[in-house]
Amino acid sequence: MMEVDGSNTSMNRAPPPPPQSSSLRSSRSKVLYQFKQQKLPACKPVLTPTSVITVFMLMGFVFIPIGFVTLRASRDAIEIVDRYDVECIPEEYRTNKLSYITDSSISKNCTRYLKVQKHMKAPIFIYYQLDNYYQNHRRYVKSRSDQQLLHGREYSHTSACEPEESSNDGLPIVPCGLIAWSMFNDTFTFAQLKVSRNNIAWKSDREHKFGKDVYPFNFQNGSLVGGAKLDPKVPLSDQEDFIVWMRAAALLSFRKLYGRIEEDLEPGSVVVVNLFNNYNTYSFSGQKKLILSTSSWLGGRNDFLGITYIVVGASSIVISIIFILLHLKNPRPYGDNSWNKKSLSS
Amino acid sequence: MAHRRSRIRSRIKKSHFYTFRCLRPKTLDDQCPHVINGPGYTRIVHCNNPHLHLTTKLLRYRSNYVSTTRYNMLTFLPKCLYEQFHRVANFYFLVAAILSVFPLSPFNKWSMIAPLVFVVGLSMGKEALEDWRRFMQDVEVNSRKACVHLGSGEFGRRAWRKIRVGDVVRVDKDEFFPADLLLLSSSYDDGICYVETMNLDGETNLKVKRCLDATLALEKDESFKSFSGVIKCEDPNPNLYTFVGNLECDGQVYPLDPNQILLRDSKLRNTSYIYGVVVFTGHDTKVMQNSTKSPSKRSSIEKRMDYIIYTLFALLLFVSFISSLGFAVMTKLLMADWWYLRPDKPESLTNPTNPLYAWVVHLITALLLYGYLIPISLYVSIELVKVLQASFINQDLQLYDSESGTPAQARTSNLNEELGQVDTILSDKTGTLTCNQMDFLKCSIAGTSYGVRASEVELAAAKQMAMDLEEQGDEITNLPMRTQRYTRTSSEVELETVITASDEKDRKQTTGIKGFSFEDNRLMGDNWVNEPNPDDVLMFFRILAVCHTAIPEVDEDSGKCSYEAESPDEVAFLVAAREFGFEFTKRTQTSVFIAERFSPSGQPVDREYKVLNLLDFTSKRKRMSAIIRDEEGQILLLCKGADSIIFDRLSQKGKEYLGATSKHLNEYGEAGLRTLALGYRKLDEAEYSAWNTEFHKAKTSVGADRDELLEKVSDMMEKELILVGATAVEDKLQKGVPQCIDNLAQAGLKIWVLTGDKMETAINIGYACSLLRQGMKQISISFANLEESSQNSEAAAKESILMQITNASQMIKIEKDPHAAFALIIDGKTLTYALKDDVKYQFLALAVICASVICCRVSPKQKALITRLAKEGTGKTTLAIGDGANDVGMIQEADIGVGISGVEGMQAVMASDFSIAQFRFLERLLVVHGHWCYKRIAQMICYFFYKNIAFGLTLFYFEAFTGFSGQSIFNDSYLLLFNVVLTSLPVISLGVFEQDVPSDVCLEFPALYQQGPKNLFFDWYRILGWMGNGVYASIVIFTLNLGIFHVQSFRSDGQTADMNAMGTAMFTCIIWAVNVQIALTMSHFTWIQHVMIWGSIGAWYIFLALYGMLPPKLSGNIFHMLIEVLAPAPIFWLTTLLVIAATTLPYLFHISYQRSVNPLDHHIIQEIKHFRIDLEDERMWKREKSKAREKTKIGFTARVDAKIRQLRVKLQRKHSVLSVMSGTSSNDTTSNSQQT
Repeated sequence: MMEVDGSNTSMNRAPPPPPQSSSLRSSRSKVLYQFKQQKLPACKPVLTPTSVITVFMLMGFVFIPIGFVTLRASRDAIEIVDRYDVECIPEEYRTNKLSYITDSSISKNCTRYLKVQKHMKAPIFIYYQLDNYYQNHRRYVKSRSDQQLLHGREYSHTSACEPEESSNDGLPIVPCGLIAWSMFNDTFTFAQLKVSRNNIAWKSDREHKFGKDVYPFNFQNGSLVGGAKLDPKVPLSDQEDFIVWMRAAALLSFRKLYGRIEEDLEPGSVVVVNLFNNYNTYSFSGQKKLILSTSSWLGGRNDFLGITYIVVGASSIVISIIFILLHLKNPRPYGDNSWNKKSLSS
Repeated sequence: MAHRRSRIRSRIKKSHFYTFRCLRPKTLDDQCPHVINGPGYTRIVHCNNPHLHLTTKLLRYRSNYVSTTRYNMLTFLPKCLYEQFHRVANFYFLVAAILSVFPLSPFNKWSMIAPLVFVVGLSMGKEALEDWRRFMQDVEVNSRKACVHLGSGEFGRRAWRKIRVGDVVRVDKDEFFPADLLLLSSSYDDGICYVETMNLDGETNLKVKRCLDATLALEKDESFKSFSGVIKCEDPNPNLYTFVGNLECDGQVYPLDPNQILLRDSKLRNTSYIYGVVVFTGHDTKVMQNSTKSPSKRSSIEKRMDYIIYTLFALLLFVSFISSLGFAVMTKLLMADWWYLRPDKPESLTNPTNPLYAWVVHLITALLLYGYLIPISLYVSIELVKVLQASFINQDLQLYDSESGTPAQARTSNLNEELGQVDTILSDKTGTLTCNQMDFLKCSIAGTSYGVRASEVELAAAKQMAMDLEEQGDEITNLPMRTQRYTRTSSEVELETVITASDEKDRKQTTGIKGFSFEDNRLMGDNWVNEPNPDDVLMFFRILAVCHTAIPEVDEDSGKCSYEAESPDEVAFLVAAREFGFEFTKRTQTSVFIAERFSPSGQPVDREYKVLNLLDFTSKRKRMSAIIRDEEGQILLLCKGADSIIFDRLSQKGKEYLGATSKHLNEYGEAGLRTLALGYRKLDEAEYSAWNTEFHKAKTSVGADRDELLEKVSDMMEKELILVGATAVEDKLQKGVPQCIDNLAQAGLKIWVLTGDKMETAINIGYACSLLRQGMKQISISFANLEESSQNSEAAAKESILMQITNASQMIKIEKDPHAAFALIIDGKTLTYALKDDVKYQFLALAVICASVICCRVSPKQKALITRLAKEGTGKTTLAIGDGANDVGMIQEADIGVGISGVEGMQAVMASDFSIAQFRFLERLLVVHGHWCYKRIAQMICYFFYKNIAFGLTLFYFEAFTGFSGQSIFNDSYLLLFNVVLTSLPVISLGVFEQDVPSDVCLEFPALYQQGPKNLFFDWYRILGWMGNGVYASIVIFTLNLGIFHVQSFRSDGQTADMNAMGTAMFTCIIWAVNVQIALTMSHFTWIQHVMIWGSIGAWYIFLALYGMLPPKLSGNIFHMLIEVLAPAPIFWLTTLLVIAATTLPYLFHISYQRSVNPLDHHIIQEIKHFRIDLEDERMWKREKSKAREKTKIGFTARVDAKIRQLRVKLQRKHSVLSVMSGTSSNDTTSNSQQT
């Protein structure tokens, strides 16, 4: 397809004589010679039975312990999950949840009692979890303006924010876009517990991506209010709830950090949560959960990593055993004899 | 003018030397009713009146301007663009680029357009460059100057392109003919001239052409003042050897035949000048009619790659279809519920009320998004890799010919991998296999064989036998009983085989004289005087020196003579005679002068031999004779010719040496030498004069049977000969040709020889290259009734050929002996029938089962046709190799064309895909570079598809989770970098540097080459396996990341992973997985590969860290991703490790299992090398080497084997006699023979 062009070939007209001809040749030109003649020193690993068995064995012996360690770490994290989206709707509205949630005249408060089974060590992280929520939909993900979040109203190229770019009267919306507009607005209050709602967002977000002097403007003033309202007197960089929300999740179910309980919870104690069930997940039959969870060095509770490690490790041990048996039963003298009947002279 | 007059002095009536040829042409062939003016014979040429052709519209023929370019200024762009977008992939990318301009595209439009422009631009640039070169070549040819008659007897130089039909031109010695000419006259009195047609048919011997007697008088410039005539002849056609027409001149009509036609691109030799009139110009000339358009070639891997592209395209369509369907359905059914997407204010795309629109539009988006399955970077990378591979071929010192200073050159790089899959080699003979130089090597005089140089076959057979026996001897040393016998055996064998191979040292001393490699002190240095029969030796030398048609050219500086003869054999004889002391110095019209170093007086004397008659050589007669009168007045007939002819004509007393000579001739023939027998006859005056009258009568007779008559008369004289001896001339093969053919045969390649030469010559070369050997059954297909065949008997001829083919196939089928080998020999005339549509497949089937195929006297067009037949009929890869313009057709037709560079004429090289300086380099080109390139490209393409499937499908899976909305989990920059930076370099290093075994092992184990023609590395099983591996990897990478970064926090301080964190982690896994995968694929790691692979992985982290440090305006979602979010999380690193292990586990298992259960050849060699067994156990290494050869029936080794078998049978017979005598059981011998 490609010609080795003239300049290349003319260069090749007179290849250099082999380096043996001159003892003065530097090692550099020797390397160049080896390179051009495709004779560079090379390491040529060969899969001998020993190395194969060793590799698989070793993999097994490394992976299985890692699996157990991570599994243990995962088990160390203790989780309380409370689904409240159904429970927090009065009986009479259960058949028509949508009318309940959209009717702003009805009080949405609700109290949940979470029983602590095991000792939970501070900090205990408070998450809310939404299910069946397409926060990763392309239209949704696109609908934001990072520049506006950082620079405020002076940044006016916010066409990506459609259809939440500006209100009907033409005034820009800060923060614009569907993500901001649909911010989660259930609130949780924990009686008698020391709860911190700071430092729940990434530090880099707070410091570099959300403006310190950008204040919400014309937000949620439209005909249709999506989710939470923002305090127009607090700069965006301080509204950590909002910052957390603005990081779109990858999957349909996702948790977002709400706060931290900064004291230990004893087994048997009951955590009382007063919540306002404002957020509409009913129209798309999404669930809402409140989660209290501690974390290990690995993070929250998830056995998947540990189990997979063990599975991979175990299968490599099995493979190495297969090879041992194969080799014992039908040893092939390596580099000898069974010169190929199959591929050759057929 | 002055020098021309001096030439005229040396005018000789050359036709005097020719009895049978170029006499006056036959009278108008009555049997062929002339269709002149009928269809196909409409051309009219007004000689010396070219302006007449301008005025008459019908006679306005094409100009002599020749264009071989593919494009011109106007057509270049459309034609070239059409060519480019004719390719599936390019067209796809074009569509993708066009679509990417619309806002639906998930990517930046430039990321689609720029690489396309790059790839297409590169290819078009290359096309333009190539065409420009062709154009420059055309310009050069078209502006060559020729001497043209300008009118009133004045000749002037004019560019070739301005030559018109009807022009009279003068061509001087060693010039090319500018067009097809009708010969009018030459510098010789009798109007003959010598022509070299090397560029047309590859034959190097000079051909004699002779003009009509009617135009003989036009020998001066001035004579053309008033010359005019009209030629009526056939229309332009590609037949080189036919011409039908007649010349009307002075009211008379003279018939013309090919003997008067000088073809463009042939060369005037040995003749000072000729005059000719232009008959065909430019593209009407026979040579241009013979040229075929150069096709663009693609390797079979590339063709198969198209199918993979189709498969992937199908996958892409399927995936996109699913995706868009899913999108439409979800938009329709669920969108209304997703209030957070503001369905009440929809974009047109997400409008739930119009799902059809969403479907169509989203299909386009999806096609672009999943375009990663068919990456344009694949094409860019392959181009790059091939160029680098080609530059390695160009750089290879072992393909560098230090004598001529020419390196090998890969002129196109898109066929590199095809070099590794060649099945059949079609080779030209002259200039390719042979140097076109004859060396006088041996002779047999008076029953004694002289010449100590052994032929190579003899040497090697002896060596191999000795080695084999030694080995066997080793094996049975523990059986002391037998040892004795074997010692005896080996000595016997040596005695029998090493006939004259006295010393290898001898071979190295070359005499340094071109055409003479004879060595024997018994004859050299005038020692022959002391031989038992000095008279016979003297006669032998005299025959050599006198009986020929050559003319000497004395070099004025050195005083030595060089000779110009029709065939190089004669030159070799004359050189030999000179070296023996009989220097041919001068020829006059009647005499030959020999300076004899040996004389009774001890002083060199000049002797004059009067040449009374010359009965020259024709292929029918197979002999030539000279009747001479020596200084003593004795009349002698000196004769040389094919041994069978001479032997039949010996007198009773002339058979003294017959037995010994014929034994020697057999030996020479077996050694691949060209032999001729020499004899003489003493005539007395009366006998001669009686005969001469008759001869003269015959010579002057008029009529169609004149030739026959002459032959009969000659026959009468050439009998009762006395045999003197025989010569053996080596048609000197190019350096290393027999070994190369041997090794190529062992690599499983078939070699066909296509030559324009005579059948005898071709067979001789067959012997010399070991393509033929004694004991091989030769199937010669010809049609016997050569003379009678005219139009109506064509069907009969075809039938007869078909019959012969069927018989031969039948014969091969019933052959029981596994060692039996067959050779097919066919000539051009027969081929015209054998290549007809209804016969050709039978012919091909026969050719394929024969061990060697030799086609002689084939025209360039037939070479191309045979090549096409072999290519299309067998469906296997063919390689054509040649050096001359006559090979251009076959070079272009074959899958790979190789030109021999460094000799005169660049046409073959210009048309070729690869050029090498010597035939022997072909071995390394194929067995080393071809093998490597094939495996490299195959692995590279497989890996490429793996990599893109592994990556592309993760995009798809994720999209399914986003409601098929076309959202990508990866940052745009990752997508861009993936193919360009992060995974391209390792795969390029695989494609450029991978070696399964080093080059010396490739050469030692030629059978490894068979992996290519058998296509072990690019079969569908393997391709689908790699694709499956890619699908598996994508699933593992995606599900593991999904499971691990699910909903819970992934760090100890409680943060959960958002889309970017998860995407980055996933992408890290992909980078690791594909790079570790390529490391597992490679078997050869130099520091370059290490840098590329581990560097690519490192580059990813570095990129991520650096990009994350940029201000958020630039880095966007990646801001501080690595340092703040991922790196502190142990789970990120643990995931990477887990994913690497999980993705590569099945592959690792697969290769380990295959290696231990079904090892391939290169695996075993790698193991041997790895354990250094080859150093410790040399014998094992040798044994493996000998096993790693294809069973072959041609080539040197096969010949040696055959010889060994033959000797063994002989030995066995002796032993059985011995054993019967000594009373040992015959079991031993049978078991011995079984061991063989």
